[in-house]
Amino acid sequence: MSSVDAEDLPLFAPTKKVYPQSVKGRFRRAKWVILALCLGVYYLLPFLRWDRGPNLPNQAVLLDLANNRFYFFFIEIWPQEVYYFTGLLILAAFVLFLMNAVAGRVWCGYLCPQTVWTDLFLAVERFFEGDRRERIKRDEAPWTADKLLRKTGKHAVWLLIAWWTGGAWVLYFADAPTLVKQLATLTAPITAYVWIGVLTFTTYSLAGIMREQVCLYMCPWPRIQAALTDDDALNVTYRYDRGDPRVSVKQAQRLRAENKPAGDCIDCNQCVAVCPTGIDIRDGSQLGCIQCGLCIDACNNVMAKIERPLGLIAYDTDDNVQRRIKGETPVYQPLRARTFIYAGLIVIVGGAMIFQLATRRTAEMSILHDRAPLFVTLSDGSIRNAYTLRLLNKRPDSRPFALTVSGIPGIRIETVGLPATADLRPIVTVDPDASREVRALVTVPAGTAIDKSQNITFTASDLFAGEVVSVREHFFAP
Amino acid sequence: MDSKHIQDVDAVTGISTTGHEWDGIKELNTPLPRWWLSLFYVTIVWSFGYWIVYPAWPLVSDATRGVIGYASRLTIKEDLAALTKQRAAQASGLTDATLEQIKSDPAMFRIAMAQGKAAFGDNCAACHGVGGGGAKGYPNLNDDDWLWGGSLDAIHTTLENGIRVAGNNDTRISQMPAFGRDGVLKRDEITAVASHVRGLAGLSQEPKADKALGAKLFQENCAACHGDGGKGNKELGAPNLTDAISLYGMDMASLTETIANSRNGVMPAWGQRLDPVTIKALTVYVHSLGGGQ
Repeated sequence: MSSVDAEDLPLFAPTKKVYPQSVKGRFRRAKWVILALCLGVYYLLPFLRWDRGPNLPNQAVLLDLANNRFYFFFIEIWPQEVYYFTGLLILAAFVLFLMNAVAGRVWCGYLCPQTVWTDLFLAVERFFEGDRRERIKRDEAPWTADKLLRKTGKHAVWLLIAWWTGGAWVLYFADAPTLVKQLATLTAPITAYVWIGVLTFTTYSLAGIMREQVCLYMCPWPRIQAALTDDDALNVTYRYDRGDPRVSVKQAQRLRAENKPAGDCIDCNQCVAVCPTGIDIRDGSQLGCIQCGLCIDACNNVMAKIERPLGLIAYDTDDNVQRRIKGETPVYQPLRARTFIYAGLIVIVGGAMIFQLATRRTAEMSILHDRAPLFVTLSDGSIRNAYTLRLLNKRPDSRPFALTVSGIPGIRIETVGLPATADLRPIVTVDPDASREVRALVTVPAGTAIDKSQNITFTASDLFAGEVVSVREHFFAP
Repeated sequence: MDSKHIQDVDAVTGISTTGHEWDGIKELNTPLPRWWLSLFYVTIVWSFGYWIVYPAWPLVSDATRGVIGYASRLTIKEDLAALTKQRAAQASGLTDATLEQIKSDPAMFRIAMAQGKAAFGDNCAACHGVGGGGAKGYPNLNDDDWLWGGSLDAIHTTLENGIRVAGNNDTRISQMPAFGRDGVLKRDEITAVASHVRGLAGLSQEPKADKALGAKLFQENCAACHGDGGKGNKELGAPNLTDAISLYGMDMASLTETIANSRNGVMPAWGQRLDPVTIKALTVYVHSLGGGQ
């Protein structure tokens, strides 16, 4: 064992508050546009209407938990079709992998809710407390009325945004305009308020207070991403072949005049100042880098000022840095085995889901054979089995189904208390977008030679639309 | 071991190690942030709160009760009370409805079926089986053979007043004599009658039995209730002997036992035990099992 005394070790990592500086540039602009799009979709989507006829809700995206139905534009999902969500999750994973294989942590840098909301909260912080330097100075300074006012304003707006985030969340679970009215008049269900409260708390604490701590300590993706990346994946890279050795502008001019090596990096620390997670990109690819590209913007601004070529920090690979050092040409390979495989998997999973959706049946039947008793002998010696049938009607209008059964000569089906067609097929009328359970009695006449267990087929035919559902079951005899 | 306190720093990463070493591999010291650690302490404090608020510590014959008086058993009791109330509210519609109305109204029918199924499991399944499948001596309620009638009203009367219940004037009652025990018929006479009954049902007869004697004795002793052709009589609870269903068995041994000692099974009068709505629900449920007439 070595010589370290446990008392010498810190129990926790020292808190390092990050004061990201504002920056202008290509990536910043892209991030603002993406932020506006994402938040716009999130806050406004529940209000989008989609006509589904008189019997179904007209909200485009609705998770109707009370009635066990999920609506997404033209798609309606029943709880037993939850595998569509599984498919979406698989698809999301592959898209994440593909993005990662092409350009690193695109998700983390631009699309992750944590990033989007933190960006928004930082903008609010800047509005009330000014930019990096001002914020650092004010935090070190004693409390004044001005400081109190600015901090209060910031937290108030944060809470407002957080509350609105929670408010939009619950709108996905009920008719949005109705719920908004209920919320305004304090007549909404208590669950709505509880969830708004929960989302307000998480948004405020995660985007306002925890920020980069979420990425560094809570999120599993940085750990997984490190295992998934490869040598050809583009990542935000400090091109040390160009940047090192780091010297001042004047010294660099002097060194270059003497034909000695001088890097372009002037150690201005702008890349560190703008970083939302407070890391130094010049330390190389690392867990804390969410690859938002803001350091690229910051560095490019500096390079433009000192009249050196842009792109000292850029989307590149470590291999290319090495190649340039050796005097080789850099290689960019977005089309390679793994991107093809990921894209292929996306096409396969997506295609399977679309096929499944396109051929989705709007009628289904499930059958449960009565266990006790398995069969009954009637007084005339015929054998009867009883079944519980559940018919599902996934269409928005009421449908009558005629029931038949086949597989044994003379076999016939009756139901308890249902009307029948002229040829004595029982008719089960199922309400729009609903299911109905009926008890069916199936009888085989006396003297028919049958096995102890024999296959039979139940068929339900839609009398109007013509859709036919068949289910195989067993018929038991003594 | 060195007694001096020297930070051991990993040469490659420049990060200090914990000082733990396994086969030359040292663990880097990556401490958690302060908030993480604080949350950990908060959970410890929280658990103390739990001990006080909820039942927690086992004692010799009891456990600490907690200050808010929570007990999972009490929750169940409340839930059950709420359920009873909810069921009563749902079933209140059945109180004034006739059996026919309940059967033809889908909403009432659903409630009656649910209640009937539950009540059947609690009260009837012990003899008639879970799905009313019956057993020897206990009628199968799924078939189309009814000793006392299979209409809604007949089933309701049977349920209400039971079968052969002493002291109930409306109970279903009939008394088949014990022909052997009471000395009415002799051993070979009983065999002859039993064989004749098998013949009525289309089953093979006992070769040694006297066919003519069997037919004659049946006419004299049995036909009064079971009818000349053995077709039975629901008014008297006399079963049809010619169909494929029998309550006590149609083999010679069972028939001999039936004729010699009689059977006369009983069923309680549920009107004395269950409330009228439950009996209505049970009637509708039993009627729907498959044998309703």
